[in-house]
Amino acid sequence: MNASIREAWALLPDYLGQHVLLSVAAILLGAAISLPLAIFAARRPRWRGPFLGFASVLQTIPALALLALFYPILLALSALTHDVFGFGVPSLGFLPALLALTLYSMLPMLRNTVTALIEIDSAVLMAAKGVGMTSRQSLRLIELPLAAPVIVAGIRTSAVWVVGTATLSTPIGQTSLGNYIFTGLQTENWILVLFGCVSAALLALVLDQLLALAASGLARRAPKRIAAAAIGLIVVVAASLLPLRSAQMQTYVIGAKNFAEQYILADVIADRLMSAGMPSSQKSDLGSTFAFRALATNGIDIYVDYSGTLWANQMHRTDMPGRDAMLAQLHDWLKAEHGVEMVGPLGFENAYVFAMRSDRAQELHIESLADLAVHSRELKIGGDFEIFSRPEWKSVQQAYGLAFATQRQYQPDFLYRAVQQGDVDVISAFSSDGRIAEYDLKILADPKSALPPYDAVLLLAPNHADALRTALAPLVHSISLENMQRANLMVDRPDGKKTPAEAAAWLATTIDAPSPPH
Amino acid sequence: MIEFSEVSKTYAASNGPSVTNLSLTIGDGVFQILAGPSGCGKTTTLNMLNRLIERDAGTIRIDGRDIRDEDPVALRRRIGYAFQEAGLFPHMTVSENIAITPRLLGWNTLEQRARVDELLTLIRLPDIARRFPRELSGGQRQRVALARALAARPKILLLDEPFGALDPLTRDELADDYRRIHDELHLTTVMVTHDMTEALLLGDRIAVMRDGTIAQIGTPQELMANPADDFVARMIATPQRRAKRLAAAMGENAP
Repeated sequence: MNASIREAWALLPDYLGQHVLLSVAAILLGAAISLPLAIFAARRPRWRGPFLGFASVLQTIPALALLALFYPILLALSALTHDVFGFGVPSLGFLPALLALTLYSMLPMLRNTVTALIEIDSAVLMAAKGVGMTSRQSLRLIELPLAAPVIVAGIRTSAVWVVGTATLSTPIGQTSLGNYIFTGLQTENWILVLFGCVSAALLALVLDQLLALAASGLARRAPKRIAAAAIGLIVVVAASLLPLRSAQMQTYVIGAKNFAEQYILADVIADRLMSAGMPSSQKSDLGSTFAFRALATNGIDIYVDYSGTLWANQMHRTDMPGRDAMLAQLHDWLKAEHGVEMVGPLGFENAYVFAMRSDRAQELHIESLADLAVHSRELKIGGDFEIFSRPEWKSVQQAYGLAFATQRQYQPDFLYRAVQQGDVDVISAFSSDGRIAEYDLKILADPKSALPPYDAVLLLAPNHADALRTALAPLVHSISLENMQRANLMVDRPDGKKTPAEAAAWLATTIDAPSPPH
Repeated sequence: MIEFSEVSKTYAASNGPSVTNLSLTIGDGVFQILAGPSGCGKTTTLNMLNRLIERDAGTIRIDGRDIRDEDPVALRRRIGYAFQEAGLFPHMTVSENIAITPRLLGWNTLEQRARVDELLTLIRLPDIARRFPRELSGGQRQRVALARALAARPKILLLDEPFGALDPLTRDELADDYRRIHDELHLTTVMVTHDMTEALLLGDRIAVMRDGTIAQIGTPQELMANPADDFVARMIATPQRRAKRLAAAMGENAP
């Protein structure tokens, strides 16, 4: 079996379990809110329009945006509860994903329930009143049973939506089957992407069929069918959740942002912890600032960030005191402001750089960002999703007076393709990326030092810093830029791809080799 | 004893037929018919009696007590009601349908089951307890509706076109059966129909209604002998003409 598929299989119990837990919780919560609302609205025509309108509007918000929106909302809420009650609420991971998916699940249930209730034959309702039912008894004994098949059909639509949309909760820190898709997309591992799609689709299909069985059972008043569907649902959900339960013992959570180097380093850290007898799990594909926020709030325990990124995004500094002073100030600031421990630099730098195809650079006589400024008005630049909104970009623009004809954003992988095929002339890149050499790109010099150094640094969450420090200290100053580039290329190159775990295993052998004396 | 005195119900536009200043007294054990063309207010009158429709003016008393002083739910549980086109609950079996009012009144399951058996025998359909309404013929459904109305042993029964939409044979049979039950159980029955033949054959007393008021009230014999006006005369003309034709036909073909 292919290494990618083997790796994907190994992750399935965790991903599927988390995915099912999230989806089922969202559907149940959605139903718990929608059904009473629908019953209320069915009896009061004036409220019907606003309720359904609100749910419809929610549905038109792109799912990814809705998920992302809950991060700042919960962040603000957390600050509020912290002031009032003395504790915060998590703004990343399960909670925001649950809330967004709950809202997303409501429309079909709301609409179907309202429709089913208002379309019940008025003669039957009159009879219910006539035999002496109170309005509550009429609802319980007559209206809800008659509406049940249509209500279940609504739950069925919601379930399919939620299971599909839950894959988008990966970037806000909730593990799901979407991890396959996001990781696969980042590393151009299409087998992984396909694995994620197929597993999510199968899950949706199974839930859909079981709920269809329940709906037909209710419509035909066939108790055996209903029982079979209920048992099926319970078995599927329980079987998916079982692995989570066994994983409930104390484990450390390693975070990773959304590119190959981060996946590899997460695996290196996991191996280290394993050999120290400390089990761990991983949360990958976190957005850059999500990762730091998650660490500071103990949502994850360990991850690797870059000094320049923290300097600009967390400390909001634009001055350049020099590499060592910057690391020292960063160390103290992280401890004082967030209780986060910076164990130390790993030994290599992954700097934001700007790169061009070598032949193109030669043709235009561009060596540095200063040379680039001369031509920039006729050139096209491509960047990843972050660079153009980061403070470093402003500082580079100001330092050199850069202004481009067009500016585009790509997934990191497509970025290299774009510059190679000439869709753009300049791209933002990372200095530790093996593909810079592979694609024969020229890194443009930064004579004015507009970009800060980006030493890879190992960070620990406030709660578990003491336990983890000893096990991970050997990683400090242990990875050279050259080795990191080679490991990255193993995962990133288009042909003969290796998985991050395989690249990590290779990188680990270079760490364990006795380092040359300084 | 049921007394309507100067009862009115006014509907805006097309929400339902109005009733104006209606007075009517129905003695215990009487089979009272409310007859008239559609839109004359007969079903509105019937429904005011168990407060499915609330009157706007006047008083309605049962055994001297204003029904407005009674909880409407309790009132409906002690008055049987058989609806037009049966009105059975489609998701409940025949026995669940019949047992519904006893169940609401909190009878225990044994009492409920015994009562269902008793009623199924009474309506001469002993073997259909576990069927659903959609599996029954029209006549069977109407019988079940009658059984449901009788289930909690009410003293008063309201019937809204209970034999409508049935074939003539079934209809006669069912009407005769019900009349027998009415007499045996000493019920007070108020029945709505637009069929004057049925009214004359079944009722002890008939109130002929027109535009929300009573045109004439009396026994079948009184109506036949002295119709109060042209309207009542026209209403009873058809059954009389039919009866004469039938009598003539029977005479010719008499063995």
